[in-house]
Amino acid sequence: MYEELLLTILLTSVPLILAGTGELVAERSGVLNLGVEGMMLMGAVAAFGAAILSGSATLGILAGAFGGMMTAAIFALFTLGLATNQVATGLALTIFGTGLSGLIGAPLVGKAIDGLPALNIPVLSDIPFIGLAFKLDALAYMSIMIVALVAYFLKRTRWGLVLRATGANHDSAHALGYNVLAVRWSAVLFGGMMAGLAGAYLPLVLTPHWAEGMTAGRGWIALALVVFASWQPWRVVVGAILFGGITIMQLAGQARGWTVQPQFLSMLPYLATIIVLVSISRSGGVLHKAPAHLGRIFYPTR
Amino acid sequence: MSVTPLFEAKSVTKHFGDFTANDQVDFAIGAGEIHALLGENGAGKSTFVKMVYGVLQPDEGAFYFQGNKVSISGPQAARQMGIGMVFQHFSQFEALTVAENIQLAMDGSETLESLSQRIEVLSRSYGIPIAADKLVADLSVGEQQRVEILRCLLQSPKLLIMDEPTSVLTPQETEQLFTVIRQLASEGCAILFISHKLDEIKALCEGATILRGGKKIATVKSKDHSQHAIAEMMVGSSISEIKRQAQAIGESCLFEAKALSRAADGPFDVALSDIDFALYEGQILGIAGVSGNGQDELMGALTGEWRNEKSIGLLAIKGEDVRSLSPEARRQKNIGFIPEDRNGHAAVPSMRLSENTLMTSHSSNDVGRRGFIDESALHEKTGQIIADYDVRTPETNPLASSLSGGNLQKFVVGREIARQPKVLIVSQPTWGVDIGAAQLIRSALLSLAQQGSAIFLISQDLEEIFAISSHIAVLHDGHLSPTYPLEEMTPEKVGLLMGGKALDDEPVMEQGARS
Repeated sequence: MYEELLLTILLTSVPLILAGTGELVAERSGVLNLGVEGMMLMGAVAAFGAAILSGSATLGILAGAFGGMMTAAIFALFTLGLATNQVATGLALTIFGTGLSGLIGAPLVGKAIDGLPALNIPVLSDIPFIGLAFKLDALAYMSIMIVALVAYFLKRTRWGLVLRATGANHDSAHALGYNVLAVRWSAVLFGGMMAGLAGAYLPLVLTPHWAEGMTAGRGWIALALVVFASWQPWRVVVGAILFGGITIMQLAGQARGWTVQPQFLSMLPYLATIIVLVSISRSGGVLHKAPAHLGRIFYPTR
Repeated sequence: MSVTPLFEAKSVTKHFGDFTANDQVDFAIGAGEIHALLGENGAGKSTFVKMVYGVLQPDEGAFYFQGNKVSISGPQAARQMGIGMVFQHFSQFEALTVAENIQLAMDGSETLESLSQRIEVLSRSYGIPIAADKLVADLSVGEQQRVEILRCLLQSPKLLIMDEPTSVLTPQETEQLFTVIRQLASEGCAILFISHKLDEIKALCEGATILRGGKKIATVKSKDHSQHAIAEMMVGSSISEIKRQAQAIGESCLFEAKALSRAADGPFDVALSDIDFALYEGQILGIAGVSGNGQDELMGALTGEWRNEKSIGLLAIKGEDVRSLSPEARRQKNIGFIPEDRNGHAAVPSMRLSENTLMTSHSSNDVGRRGFIDESALHEKTGQIIADYDVRTPETNPLASSLSGGNLQKFVVGREIARQPKVLIVSQPTWGVDIGAAQLIRSALLSLAQQGSAIFLISQDLEEIFAISSHIAVLHDGHLSPTYPLEEMTPEKVGLLMGGKALDDEPVMEQGARS
């Protein structure tokens, strides 16, 4: 019984890990993309549509990644190409993604797919309790590998250093001869791809059908998660499981008639994020602060 | 000349739209030479060095490196050629370590570990030790500059450009920097040194090229000309020395602080501890110190912008405690403020000059009555300030943002002086303005003091402090040194105090004593 509950928590945290890691990379490069919710929805509808048409969940994953990436490309075109305000553009992207995915997905409502099968890893999955983490699907395992790669990339590679530098001070990075816009384009597209994968996870694994607005605020939680993780990749995983846990408790609690209001539980991730923000600002170190040039518009000519 | 210079620019021209930033500029520097590039703000110095470092491309003309014509396509190309640059505003990343910062500027073939080792070895050999794994945010400004210099040195440059490197340093740190520069030059590296501090240029540089309005005016041997003559070449007209008369210091204390202390608000603020001073009629008290030692906090405490509930001690105008008063309430006690940042602090860039005048005089009866603005009086007053302080404006009542820095600063200073304050608190009044405007502002401050007002002058420009102050104190790490009369002070003593050391001879001045 509790095992099943824990498994659901892990599954719920996967899209948060995916979208959060993508947004983390974009933010470390200095771009605040508030369109995660919209990109996830576009990824979800693309993945579901492709899976229905082709009958292949793998193609669905690819289509989801592509859908998220294309949506992010719109954002990059405006904020990086045309130097528009990132906050306004990001919000617009969410509204746009919500509407367009609903339009595309209208004929898909009511259909169902098989979804991504669970891959039980032999031996490991038999360990009591811990074995739970080895009864997931391919995309879930992949999400952890991506976090590891991103953490290594940011901390240990030269291009990771350049990406962090771009987010820390784009004028200096430009003065050193790095192509700020190219770095940010890559980071935003990566963020879009990850949000698309996160979106794909919803119809392919969690609920095997399409519903309008099926992300139900997960994009916003992913955004809060990046702050909660103070821009450190591994903390995204911890936070995602925590936030995923809260989401599931909310549903399980309702089913069992707990007296805690579900609205209170759904507020918790944001409350936790605010507490983290306050503690960051009080502790004062630069290491876990937001990238200094986050959300600032870069004009390459100056 | 028979010897081929290391680096040469011939007829280099750069346009920005209709504006010609560099017009047919010629320039040459030899190996091992320390050469100054001089000019006022807007003379085209930055544009020129940006082209040398490949950040900008010239529209006409050519660069020659070791006799060969070269095109410098970008900073990376410049670095490969052997051109390094130490920026005025360091292009450093606070959230990264020293080694990571330096690695970003390298070609990337070296691991972080071996780079860290090279940094520490090199830094010791030049007598400027630095720990490679420290976060840049934890370094002092002087140390951050060392990182910049080391970054360039690791690439064994043949030509090193230094853009106003001493503007952030104490006199002692400046001497240390000059030692490094001389050592470099003796090793054959050419140094292009940008500064507007003429005494430094006389002390350090053999040659100097002077730019004015984008054109090259002259290349001179710096020892052949006096500072005054070089300054006139920069400005293009004769400069009158500021006339100082002995200032009569009155008996009555206008503004004083006793043991004024205040805890820091955040990690980047400096706590003020035991600030003591007393300002008398006719006195100009110059507050020297390297930026980041509590200037902003002191300014905030004096103006009332920094909320004062947490401060202890006494801050009094004519004996009356004003700690709990807001800036506006203090202004009504006939005290004037000129903050350091003219764009957005002293003036609102998106408002017209008349509206900016209103900002600090709305409570006086001559421009408004019972909450209504007297437009014609306001315009007359603004026009008077513009005329009196030689503010050059593109139209009668322009937006503050359309004025150049020097002209806006003249306006801001004029606006406060026009209110005839008994006490004027001013921070960095001539920061980043050209020589002509600076002279005018300093004369205006002096004549205000002549009329019996007291001036509290916070400045990082020692030349300015010595030019107009009657008394000097030094702010270090949130603590203000005792006040010394001008005659007892030398730049060396100020330098010691700026570094946090105490002087052996305590001031013998009594409160209210004449200088």
